[in-house]
Amino acid sequence: MTSHIPSDDVLISIRNLSFGWGSRKIFDDLSLDIPRGKVTAIMGPSGTGKTTLLKLIGGQLHPERGTVRVDGHNVHQLPLNQLYDLRKRMGMLFQSGALLSDLTVFENVAFPLREHTRLPESMIRTLVLMKLQAVGLRGARELKPTQLSGGMARRVALARAIALDPMMLMYDEPFTGQDPISMGVLLKLISDLNKELGLTSIVVSHDVKETAEIADYIYLISDGKVVGQGTPEEIEHSESEWVKQFMYGAADGPVPFHYHAPDYEADLLGA
Amino acid sequence: MAPKIDRYLTSLVQTGQNYFQNIGRETLESLQKLGRAMLFLLHALTGFKDILGRPRLLVAQLYSVGVLTILLVSVSGLFVGMVLSLQGFNVLSDFGAEESLGVMVAASLVRELGPVVTALLFSGRAGSALTAEIGLMKATEQLSGMEMMAVDPIKRIIAPRFFAGLLSMPLLSSIFTAVGVLGGYFVGVGLLGVDHGPFWSQMQNQIDFRDDVLNSLIKSLVFGMVVTWIAVFEGYDSLPTAEGVSRATTRSVVYSAFAVLGSDFVLTALMFGD
Repeated sequence: MTSHIPSDDVLISIRNLSFGWGSRKIFDDLSLDIPRGKVTAIMGPSGTGKTTLLKLIGGQLHPERGTVRVDGHNVHQLPLNQLYDLRKRMGMLFQSGALLSDLTVFENVAFPLREHTRLPESMIRTLVLMKLQAVGLRGARELKPTQLSGGMARRVALARAIALDPMMLMYDEPFTGQDPISMGVLLKLISDLNKELGLTSIVVSHDVKETAEIADYIYLISDGKVVGQGTPEEIEHSESEWVKQFMYGAADGPVPFHYHAPDYEADLLGA
Repeated sequence: MAPKIDRYLTSLVQTGQNYFQNIGRETLESLQKLGRAMLFLLHALTGFKDILGRPRLLVAQLYSVGVLTILLVSVSGLFVGMVLSLQGFNVLSDFGAEESLGVMVAASLVRELGPVVTALLFSGRAGSALTAEIGLMKATEQLSGMEMMAVDPIKRIIAPRFFAGLLSMPLLSSIFTAVGVLGGYFVGVGLLGVDHGPFWSQMQNQIDFRDDVLNSLIKSLVFGMVVTWIAVFEGYDSLPTAEGVSRATTRSVVYSAFAVLGSDFVLTALMFGD
């Protein structure tokens, strides 16, 4: 079902992936391909394991079954030092930002450079200021992460994620908590990074409109399976009830809005 | 009647089964945790050579783990020494042996109170702070984020803290003991009027370098390892939530106290047993 992309253009291929937390199944036989050099969006309702999927791709979690190949390497069978080499080429933007709280904004962005390169201090300074300028926070360089708002922290985290010029970037809910202005800048930044640096981007989000604006390809995931996929236009004109409900945010449809519960009336009267 | 008894017996059997199941599960879980802690320690020890390359990381931790604990340790040492001297004087003067006060104070401090009380204070001040700090780093995904930046958090974050704790404890324990002896001197000689000549000379004669001082340093090194190991592991192994971190911090101090007192008995038996 994922044969529509020529295989040498696939950066990440996920095959028959199953994963669960305890007895709760998150993914059940999931297969999908992420094309190289494109922006791919992974969307779905809360709790479908979108963040879990990114952690599986990064090798932080191990699947019960199935494989994840990134640039030809089976992530979960690499020895630790090779996994770390691969991760140097992967950037990940955490939902919370995951900034180091005892370092300033400047030092946070400089962190991967200091850990992995032996660049002179002047070069590090230039690089950090360039990355901070791109996210509009060059002036915030002396602040501590606790002094930043959630949206600002995420932009600093983005500057840090691109510090080593990775081949791919995984964004975990990048649009949450952004005001309309920084949202616009962020959208432009993500698609610019993608076009100019040839970066492969994976955007995990449930902000339908924004994501559809920049994505080249969209996967919709629910109950551990791909329930819809295609370019934004294809998704928009999809006949699938599921896809329609999600894209237009209707409460009625194949996806229940309510968490699994006994009948409402019986529950109220049954006390 | 009969079905009632039947039901009662069934529920009794079930309670019993649950009880044994719980024991079994908890035993397995503790063993697993012990195994994780062991692997974690080995992993942290491999971080030693990374620290040699970047001593600055260690120095920063020596400051927050060691230097910031000095005040607490010296004040406590002073009072413990003073109390020892007061109590010792009461007992010794009944036998007319006030002149042995110096030996008594020094021996108690060097052999037992120095390492043990310092370790307990250290776990309360530095150990709990380490657990909370590392737990919070885990809860806010900082450790996870570091892994994704291809930086090993055990080598970068845990190892410097572990070695800082290991190095700090013998030094802190020595400070505690030295200040304690001074406190004993102030009370014994200054307040209670013990002659200061025998106070010092008997101490000099009776306290052996290898048997007492060296063993004291070994004890404090072992306690330092145990307390810091528990502290960093509990932080790293905590549930990544606010509640998980607060529980881990409590556990860190409680387990440290047990581990210090327990291993003190074993070490004392080995060192002074015969």
